Amino acid sequence: MTFARRAWAVAWKDVLVERRSKETVNALLFFALLLLFVFQFALGPDRERLGQVLPGLLWLGFILSGLLALGRTFLVERENDCWEALVSTPGDKSAIYVGKLLGNLLLIFSVEALVLLLFVVFFDVDITHALPALTLVIALGTLGLSAVGTLFAAMTAGVRARELLFPVLLLPVQVPVLLGAVKATEAALAGEPLSAVAQWIKLLVSADVVYVVIGILTFDFVLEG
Amino acid sequence: MTATRALGWLSLAALAIGIGWGLGLAPREETQGNVQRIMYVHVPSAIVAEYIACPLIFFASVGYLWKRRAEADRLAHASAEAGVVFMALTIITGSIWGKPTWGTWWTWDARITSVSILLLMFIGYLLLRAATDEPERAANYAAVLGIVLALNVPLVHFSVYWWRTLHQPPSMLKPGPMTLSPEIVRPLLINILAYAILFAYFVAKRVRILKTEAEAMA
Repeated sequence: MTFARRAWAVAWKDVLVERRSKETVNALLFFALLLLFVFQFALGPDRERLGQVLPGLLWLGFILSGLLALGRTFLVERENDCWEALVSTPGDKSAIYVGKLLGNLLLIFSVEALVLLLFVVFFDVDITHALPALTLVIALGTLGLSAVGTLFAAMTAGVRARELLFPVLLLPVQVPVLLGAVKATEAALAGEPLSAVAQWIKLLVSADVVYVVIGILTFDFVLEG
Repeated sequence: MTATRALGWLSLAALAIGIGWGLGLAPREETQGNVQRIMYVHVPSAIVAEYIACPLIFFASVGYLWKRRAEADRLAHASAEAGVVFMALTIITGSIWGKPTWGTWWTWDARITSVSILLLMFIGYLLLRAATDEPERAANYAAVLGIVLALNVPLVHFSVYWWRTLHQPPSMLKPGPMTLSPEIVRPLLINILAYAILFAYFVAKRVRILKTEAEAMA
C-alpha cells in the first residue's frame, strides 16, 4: 500500500470507531457547550465586553476542547489493546502519524463547527460575511495545534502523569499559533481582509509546515521509545 | 576532570573581572544610574540562554537521533538544565531592573514574554525527562521534543514581538535602544564571555554527573 493509503486507513479506522462508539465526540460536544456557559458566568452577561474578547474566547474554547481530544489520540489504542497491532503494521510508521493527524483534524473540526455555531447563538455575532476568512484561519490554527498535539500525545501516552504532562508540554509550544490565530480571527470578525494580517497568516502557515514536517520525520523515534 | 576544573577556574576568573569591571570601573549611566549595571548580568545570561543553549539542545538532539550516542543525549539534557537556569536568571534580573526603571515588576514586553515562554517550554522538557522511566525512551522522547522546542524558538520570538509592537504604539515601557558607549560595551563583552564559559562549565559538570548516574544505574 502507498503511504497515502496507509495513512487514510488509520484515519478511516478512527472515524469508524468514533462513529460507532461516539465515545469521544459526544463528551467533547458537551464539554464545548459547558465551556460556553462557564465563559458567560465568568465574564458576566455584558454583550459589549464579550464582543471585544470574542476571538480570544473562541480560541480558548478550541484549544481546551482540542486538548481533550488530542490527549486521547493514543490512549484509545491502549485502552482497546490495539497499540501493539497498530505499531507492528508494516511500512513507514509516519503514515500512522499522518492518519492519526487526519482523524484528529476531522474530530476537532466538527467540534469547532459546533462551538462556532453556539458562539453565534449565545453571543449574537454575525459571522456570515467573515465565514470564508474565518474558515481559513481556523483550519490553519487547528492544523498547527493538532500537528504538535498528535506528536506529543504519542509521547506522553507512555509516561507517568500523562494527563498533566500533555497540556504542560503543548500549551507553551502553541503560543505562536494561538497569537496568530487570535489576531487573524479578530481581523476576520471585524470584516478586514486577510491581507491586513498577512504576516500572521504567514506565521501560521510556516508554523504548520514546520510542525507537520517534524512530526513526520520524528514519529518513528517516538514509537520506538 | 582536570579540563572541567580548569574551565571552572577560568569562569571564576572571567566572572571576577566582569563583575569588578561592570560594578566598579564602568562609568555610571546618566539616566538610569547604578540600576543599569544589572545589565552586566541580564544581557549575558539572555544571550547564553538563547544563542548558546537553544542551538546546542537542537544539534545535540538531532545528533542523538542520528548517531544514537548517549553522549549527545547527555549534552542535550545538560544544556537544557543549564539553559533553564540562565533563562530564569534573565527573567529575575529583568524584573529587578524593571521595578525602578519601568515602575513595575512585570510587563508584557516582547522580550520578557518570549524568554518566559522559552523557560516554560524547557521546564516542560525537563518534566518529560523526569516522568519517563526507561532511560532509552526518555532519550528518544527528549530528542524529539528538543527539536520541536528549538525550532519553535524563532516562531515564539516573531509572534510575541509582533504581538507587542504592531498593534500597540511603542510605549515608554519599551526598553529604549540605548546607544551604548564603549565604556559600557567592553565590560559587557567580558561578561558575555564569562557567562559563556560558566555555561560550558555547568554543562561539562552535568554531563559528567549524568554519565556517572547512568553507569551506576546500569
